[in-house]
Amino acid sequence: MTSATPTQPQPSLAALLSTREVVVFCGSGGVGKTSTAAASALTAAARLGGKVLVLTIDPARRLADALGLEAFGNVARRVPLDAYAELGVEPRGELWAAMLDTKRSWDDLVLRHAPDEATAYRILDNRMYHNVTSRFVQSHDYIAMERLYEVHASGDYDLIVIDTPPTRNAIDFLEAPARMADFFGGRLLRWLTMPYRIGGGRGGRMFNAASKPFYQMADRVLGSQFLQDIAEFFLNFQSMYAGFVERAHAVEQLLHDRRTTFAVVTTLEGAPLREAETFCRELAARDFDLGALVLNKVLPEYLLSPDGEHAADVFERDGDPIADELAATGLPGLDDAPSTARVLRTLADSFRNYEVVARREAELRNELTRLAPPGPEVIVSVPAFPADIDDARALVRIGEALFATGATGATGTIAP
Amino acid sequence: MSGLLDRRLLFFTGKGGVGKSTVTAATALLAADQGKRVLLVEVDAKNNLTALFEHAPVGFEPRLVHPGVFAMQMDTESSLREYLKVQARVPVFGRIGPMARAFDFVATAAPGVKEILTVGKICWELRESLEGRADWDLIVVDAAATGHVISQLDAPEAIQELVAVGPIRNQTGWLVELLSDPALTALNVVTSPEEMPVNETIELVARARESLNVPLGVVIVNRVLPELFTHADDEVFDALRAPEAVATLERHAGAGSTAVVDAARLAVSMRRSRSVHLSELRDAVDLPLLLLPYLFVRDHGLRVTRMVAEALGQELT
Repeated sequence: MTSATPTQPQPSLAALLSTREVVVFCGSGGVGKTSTAAASALTAAARLGGKVLVLTIDPARRLADALGLEAFGNVARRVPLDAYAELGVEPRGELWAAMLDTKRSWDDLVLRHAPDEATAYRILDNRMYHNVTSRFVQSHDYIAMERLYEVHASGDYDLIVIDTPPTRNAIDFLEAPARMADFFGGRLLRWLTMPYRIGGGRGGRMFNAASKPFYQMADRVLGSQFLQDIAEFFLNFQSMYAGFVERAHAVEQLLHDRRTTFAVVTTLEGAPLREAETFCRELAARDFDLGALVLNKVLPEYLLSPDGEHAADVFERDGDPIADELAATGLPGLDDAPSTARVLRTLADSFRNYEVVARREAELRNELTRLAPPGPEVIVSVPAFPADIDDARALVRIGEALFATGATGATGTIAP
Repeated sequence: MSGLLDRRLLFFTGKGGVGKSTVTAATALLAADQGKRVLLVEVDAKNNLTALFEHAPVGFEPRLVHPGVFAMQMDTESSLREYLKVQARVPVFGRIGPMARAFDFVATAAPGVKEILTVGKICWELRESLEGRADWDLIVVDAAATGHVISQLDAPEAIQELVAVGPIRNQTGWLVELLSDPALTALNVVTSPEEMPVNETIELVARARESLNVPLGVVIVNRVLPELFTHADDEVFDALRAPEAVATLERHAGAGSTAVVDAARLAVSMRRSRSVHLSELRDAVDLPLLLLPYLFVRDHGLRVTRMVAEALGQELT
């Protein structure tokens, strides 16, 4: 069975990116999400043109260096496209990069939505505030989506490529805006803070029948003083209700907008791939647009060639006679036949080792055809590069592989 | 480093994708093979740890997943329920239900509450064992990833600072005592010889030294690629690039000989770029490094867990 969905109008990532304004890159940790997002943005800027922003969360130092940025914060910086010029490609557009500063973004949000400055600072100074914003599991997810909204609304960019925070569960950030709205709009918060609102916040609490057992339990576990601190914080936080909920809905709308698409990044390894598949399903179930599935760090196809297998067998079996023959040629470095024979056997061994892994990858890739329709519009493979992404040229190589026509194997034509 | 398994409580952290769960499961297996009775705790909600023993997912109640290995899935609601029943002596009838949602909400927002329910349950099992009411020789925890593990393990102390009085504060003293005892407890970091995992490991070790009272154990470097050639053989490999040598190889082994040589070249450069990160790690972290080889295998079941356990056993002797 083949996965061909014959009526797909967009066979490549280039086509996908040129019709969208926002691309959200997601995937589990360690799959190369951040560098893939950066490379897409770089290549989009160079090849498609326009003003492109890559909004990244926590780039590796080498990647930040590769983007020519020593330190980047919430403020976007222009990234030079010299690496493309070196390739003889005249860059058509501009690349900008910014990093998400979670703390700063939260502070901005509070200052914007609090009814007055005094309340804003009461919130910012509350010792719970730091905790809620830094530890609340969805806090990073929400703030990333909120920043995306803000940047998009500014209208400064033609294309925004956003990397998502490493979440325990990749779908968390999708639900973050809705959850944030629920959180502030929900009865739960009112119910929780009610005794304090009625009791005047001085420890005198009035309970209704429903909340009394909860407070009895919470007092036993947390202590009543602690609980009161929390309630006070939420009372203040609640004052931002209207603005917050409205904003969360707007963020949610942007994610569902037809100008927004998602790219799921994975390696061809069991656990990340299963997570990627789950993620694809979740996106579809929530009616988000699944634009691309990126298979990253794929081993070369030649590892699976029968010719290669045959050659490995011969190196193993005939290592000695081949080595003797090579020694007889008088070529420098090959005069010691036993050494050469040993090297040939090591080559055969190593080939077979990597062949096992390549075969596993190929099998996993075939299983992808089982992805329920509609599935991703584009599937692209990026080959395993031996070295780190430590300069813009490495990013260019990834970007070019990404932009090569989709739905083929790891044979991407990579610029040298 | 043979002392690692003599401790009673081992936490494993690491960046996503480095094989933290596999190494944790392998440690449990190794200890069980040595005759220990092991409790394996999965803290993240992924619930895939028992698959490494080819066993169905488990819940909060420890289940035997392999001879000598009992596994449990941490769940803060169950932990709370147990706490209320056993320690606070609050009767809980039926499901905590809607109250749990409210509690979950407060616990998420309040500093360290979720963490303390997690760490508290783990330490409770340790204390019960030390006092002869439970019989775990070793508790092995697949803990939070590098980004979250400090706040998880630091929760008891953080709560002591935040909360002046109250029942939760009274509970933290013994937790801190168990967690900070180097004879009992160690936090171990799993990593791989790649840029981000190594950076995160270096940062984590520095932060743990600075702000965490849990003793550090070992750093386990997973997926170390084999060195293909000695220095001398490397020169032979280079010499094989000569056109005449290439022609000889092709005459014997056919067109595929290029693929075999290219594959080795890829393997050598991957190994090389990774060894840079490995030496960065060695230079920056003064903890014992245990190296586990990259496994060229197809599946990820019990067989692989056993291979990792064996490699770990060799590194520990």
